[in-house]
Amino acid sequence: MQFGIFSVSDITTDPTTGKTPTEAQRIKDIVTIAKHAEEVGLDVFALGEHHNEPFFSSSPTTTLAYIAAQTTTLQLSTATTLITTNDPVKIAEDFAMLQHLADGRVDLTLGRGNTGPVYPWFGKDIRAGIPLAIENYALLHKLWREHTVDWEGKFRTPLQSFTSTPRPLDDVPPFVWHGSIRSPQIAEQAAFYGDGFFANHIFWPASHTQRMVGLYRERFEHYGHGSADQAYVGLGGQVFMRKNSQDAVKEFRPYFDNAPVYGHGPSLEDFTRETPLTVGSPQQVIERTLKFREYVGDYQRQLFLMDHAGLPVKTVLEQLDLLGSEVVPVLRKEFAALKPAHVPDAPTHASLLAAKLAAATEIEIGIEKEEVQA
Amino acid sequence: MKQRKLVVISAGLSQPSSTRLLADQLSAAAGRAAAQLGVTAEVQVVELRDLAHEVVDHMLTGFAPAALKSAQDAVAAADALIVVTPVFSASYSGLFKSFFDVLEQDALADKPVLLAATAGTARHSLVLEHALRPLFAYLHAVPVPTSVFAASDDWGANSVEGPLRGRIERAATELAREMERREPATPVDPFALTESFEDMMKSL
Repeated sequence: MQFGIFSVSDITTDPTTGKTPTEAQRIKDIVTIAKHAEEVGLDVFALGEHHNEPFFSSSPTTTLAYIAAQTTTLQLSTATTLITTNDPVKIAEDFAMLQHLADGRVDLTLGRGNTGPVYPWFGKDIRAGIPLAIENYALLHKLWREHTVDWEGKFRTPLQSFTSTPRPLDDVPPFVWHGSIRSPQIAEQAAFYGDGFFANHIFWPASHTQRMVGLYRERFEHYGHGSADQAYVGLGGQVFMRKNSQDAVKEFRPYFDNAPVYGHGPSLEDFTRETPLTVGSPQQVIERTLKFREYVGDYQRQLFLMDHAGLPVKTVLEQLDLLGSEVVPVLRKEFAALKPAHVPDAPTHASLLAAKLAAATEIEIGIEKEEVQA
Repeated sequence: MKQRKLVVISAGLSQPSSTRLLADQLSAAAGRAAAQLGVTAEVQVVELRDLAHEVVDHMLTGFAPAALKSAQDAVAAADALIVVTPVFSASYSGLFKSFFDVLEQDALADKPVLLAATAGTARHSLVLEHALRPLFAYLHAVPVPTSVFAASDDWGANSVEGPLRGRIERAATELAREMERREPATPVDPFALTESFEDMMKSL
């Protein structure tokens, strides 16, 4: 199982000091945070995409390439890449480029984006969010798998004899996760392709996640990619920890109360009960996280949101220390002990390349057998 | 006897509340009228005051906390509704409107609704026609023709057998007829898959 962190790249005033980091500072900080994720033994760093203040991450592949150059094992991903407003041709090229630079340590999570005004900035209509996600991904999928593409659709100019460059590393497209909170169509899309499904699992009740993952697993099996429990599931999560749980609650409360998404609404206690948010000791985080599999089944990827709501970078790095030293080692061991052998791990470039070579060898053996029989 | 679910939504804030009093009289009358048509109405009352914080939380977070979710599920599964609001600043109260603002889309589609309101004076009585009726028309509900307004005067001596009693009976009978002639409600499941991937590709 993969463990990691994801960032939505918000630049938020620290409510306890009134200080707001500059864009320059926050961008440098995210690199420090990503590098530290690798240092403490995490597997994945994923970065969001936004085109409006107060967020900085408009160009995730640029940032991820810079991080790739300073890390060696960290898997680089997104949370999410906007499949609706980006040109699928550019996504195909940007991520293939990143694959080469990062020696294959790349996958991506596609999302539709939830900011209405963004769509018209890129010439799109939010009312067509689902059809855009369906058509754009169909093209992206083709561009990574066919060298020369002829294509015509509803939302973009047609392509004739087009080759996206560079080609995916080793001709193995990056693994794709489809992210959605409550659109069954996206679970269906992920299942159709045999891709992964990533549930936000932060700002919403566990019951949403359970329904969406259940649908995705059922349809994954329907489309013949394996049994339902072999589908690829990723979950978000949100935690804040201190050795003593009361210290964690006391320290996190002002950040919670003023957070951009849920601030000035429910109490920390209400939100902890209604959503997977856990504020407390590392042991409490371990116990809560282990329960996730009770409603989604054995899953492949767990990412935590750690740097947000104006938390100072020093605090975020301390949180990563706790995650890496006290939480993830226990979770790795416990989850591994519970997972049946036929449930696969999250695909990586190495595993996808190995599967591709194995399939090619099988075909060769098949041909040789036929020759012998003839 | 047919079994049907009747949900009563009361947006009264004070205790005791004349809004709740009207709601109770309407639901009792609807229960009696339904029984005469061979329908057992199972009544559930939703007091919006108890859900006020959760309604605002839903607006801010995008999801309903547990108690509000349970009320929303009851509304979605209801075969008929009785909705009663106090008149605030010449319209329904903000809390009343907010409850309907955070319902799932189409939760009220084709649902019979009895509209009712209370106020200190009869001069507000057309609020039912110029505020509530358009709101429920927009939500694709089916408001019954008679809506019921009660001012402070109506709770006086003439309320027992007076004009208010007559309006309550007529509206309740109209609602009971709708419950009787319709199939039980089938709530919309927002997580249900309604089109396959092939259908989505075809409809591009």
